[in-house]
Amino acid sequence: MTTDIKEMERRFQEKIDSGLKIEAKEWMPENYRKQLIRMISQHAHSEIVGMLPEGNWITRAPSLRRKAVLLAKVQDEAGHGLYLYSAAETLGIDRQTMINQLLEGKAKYSSIFNYPTLSWADIGAIGWLVDGAAIVNQTMLARGSYGPYSRAMVRICKEESFHNRQGYEIIYGLANGSPEQKQMAQDALNRWWWPSIQMLGPSDAQSKNSEETMRWKIKVESNDTVRQRFIDRTVPQAHAAGLSIPDPDLKFNEESGHWEIGEIEWTEFYQVIKGHGPCNHKRMQARQKAENEGKWVREAAAAYAKKQKSRQQIAA
Amino acid sequence: MSTEEALFQYLIRLGDNALILGQRLGEWCGHAHQLESDIALTNVALDQIGQARNLLTEAGRIEGKGRTEDDLAFFRSEMEFRNNLLVEQDNGDFAQTIARQYLFDVFQFHLLTELSRSSNEFLEAFAKKSLKEVSYHRKLSSDWMLRLGDGTEESHNRLQQAIDILWPYTAELFEMTEADKVLMELDMVPDLKLIEQKWQAEVPSHLEESRIRIPDTKGYMARGSRDGHHTEYLGYILAEMQALPRSMPEAKW
Ligand SMILES: [Fe+2]
Ligand SMILES: [Fe+2]
Ligand SMILES: [Fe+2]
Repeated sequence: MTTDIKEMERRFQEKIDSGLKIEAKEWMPENYRKQLIRMISQHAHSEIVGMLPEGNWITRAPSLRRKAVLLAKVQDEAGHGLYLYSAAETLGIDRQTMINQLLEGKAKYSSIFNYPTLSWADIGAIGWLVDGAAIVNQTMLARGSYGPYSRAMVRICKEESFHNRQGYEIIYGLANGSPEQKQMAQDALNRWWWPSIQMLGPSDAQSKNSEETMRWKIKVESNDTVRQRFIDRTVPQAHAAGLSIPDPDLKFNEESGHWEIGEIEWTEFYQVIKGHGPCNHKRMQARQKAENEGKWVREAAAAYAKKQKSRQQIAA
Repeated sequence: MSTEEALFQYLIRLGDNALILGQRLGEWCGHAHQLESDIALTNVALDQIGQARNLLTEAGRIEGKGRTEDDLAFFRSEMEFRNNLLVEQDNGDFAQTIARQYLFDVFQFHLLTELSRSSNEFLEAFAKKSLKEVSYHRKLSSDWMLRLGDGTEESHNRLQQAIDILWPYTAELFEMTEADKVLMELDMVPDLKLIEQKWQAEVPSHLEESRIRIPDTKGYMARGSRDGHHTEYLGYILAEMQALPRSMPEAKW
């Protein structure tokens, strides 16, 4: 028995090492399945909770074109959530269970969505920085070993790139608009910069169980590597827009060709993750409200479907 | 009244309906009972905002004073808006949103069907394009009418209450003004009496199939939007929607 499992694990690892994808029906170690469910559902929850801070500004977008673009973006995020829940379902968990885990506080979502959107520029900052960080991370995840997740990442990344460009376009326009607008853009960057840096996860020194995650190619690069890539592509964009990064220690290393940032304030990150950010309570309350107030609608749909079915049976 | 003036007023009426309904639906985004409905409601909102943009842009062009879609959306006051009272009513619960949508969708569907034969080039093209979208909206909302009306006791009661609240706002959809008469002469727009007949041929029977009865309003039906007299809701909608551009009138976004 034990040798069997060992042999299966060996073959599983061999397959991963040779760069092949693992598919839903194949054998996989229990911990591989668990880790993936945790990661994919966390990602799905992030898409859904992420709709809230941006949804805030749909009714207040300053032009009809911006309103339409924002509506389409938030709709895309709902689509990503749907797509990711389906990817997780291939591993043998259903959507409602995952949603319950979120509502019971047992599942996490990206800590960044616990920050408030205080001005219109925040909508630009989210698209530019948050979707930007997501793309860098997801491009890495697309190279991961689990087929359904990897394919979801490829598809989702295309849309995130679109969001990223639209976000930057908003910020760039504001930064080059009236003095008031420029201030709005700089203020948004000041508030969203560090949370976006933190969004890519704890530093490698503090990150738990990453050996197994890397060996199984659930992740193929470390948090710090991905974070550096995000920094390197974002800093020049800020400068091109005429904005400054809120980090007095930021410097360009000529030798390595990388931008080096100052110390990351991890205390705040862990605080927010543990539920003590500016909007944790508000976000969960909104999800809980949608769930509670949606209960009668879901029941009605189910009851109607059942009636229809029995009517058809009688007719047949 | 000149043709241009009549056309401007008509386009504003259609454009404001699309804009305000889209604005209302946008409030739902992220808060619906399940992801599929979030996506569907946002879809309808997006279509309406898209239609509003086309219509208001054309209205500005016809007016010839250089006003853009955004000038018309963000820099007109409450009494200058010509949307029907129905679309500005609040979202309420999901039943009320669906009921409002359904009552409007059937109206919009038949109106656009007729407008797709308009002698006015813009209206003809606009109606043909939008009819595809609105056919989908009408399917979505009429399906939900059945599910909610004939679902559980709770959903039935909620939908009945929604129809009771919204029914008085249905009559003024068909009210005609001087602008209608001018444009009807030129075969640009249909007689709204015809749209009313089609609406009446469809809505009551679908309500019946949904187990919903039409309320007795004792003869009261609301009116006023044709003269810019709205319900209390519109002021709040505009306050929220227009605040930012009005706070920086010179700014580009
Ligand atoms: Fe997304
Ligand atoms: Fe994402
Ligand atoms: Fe996105």
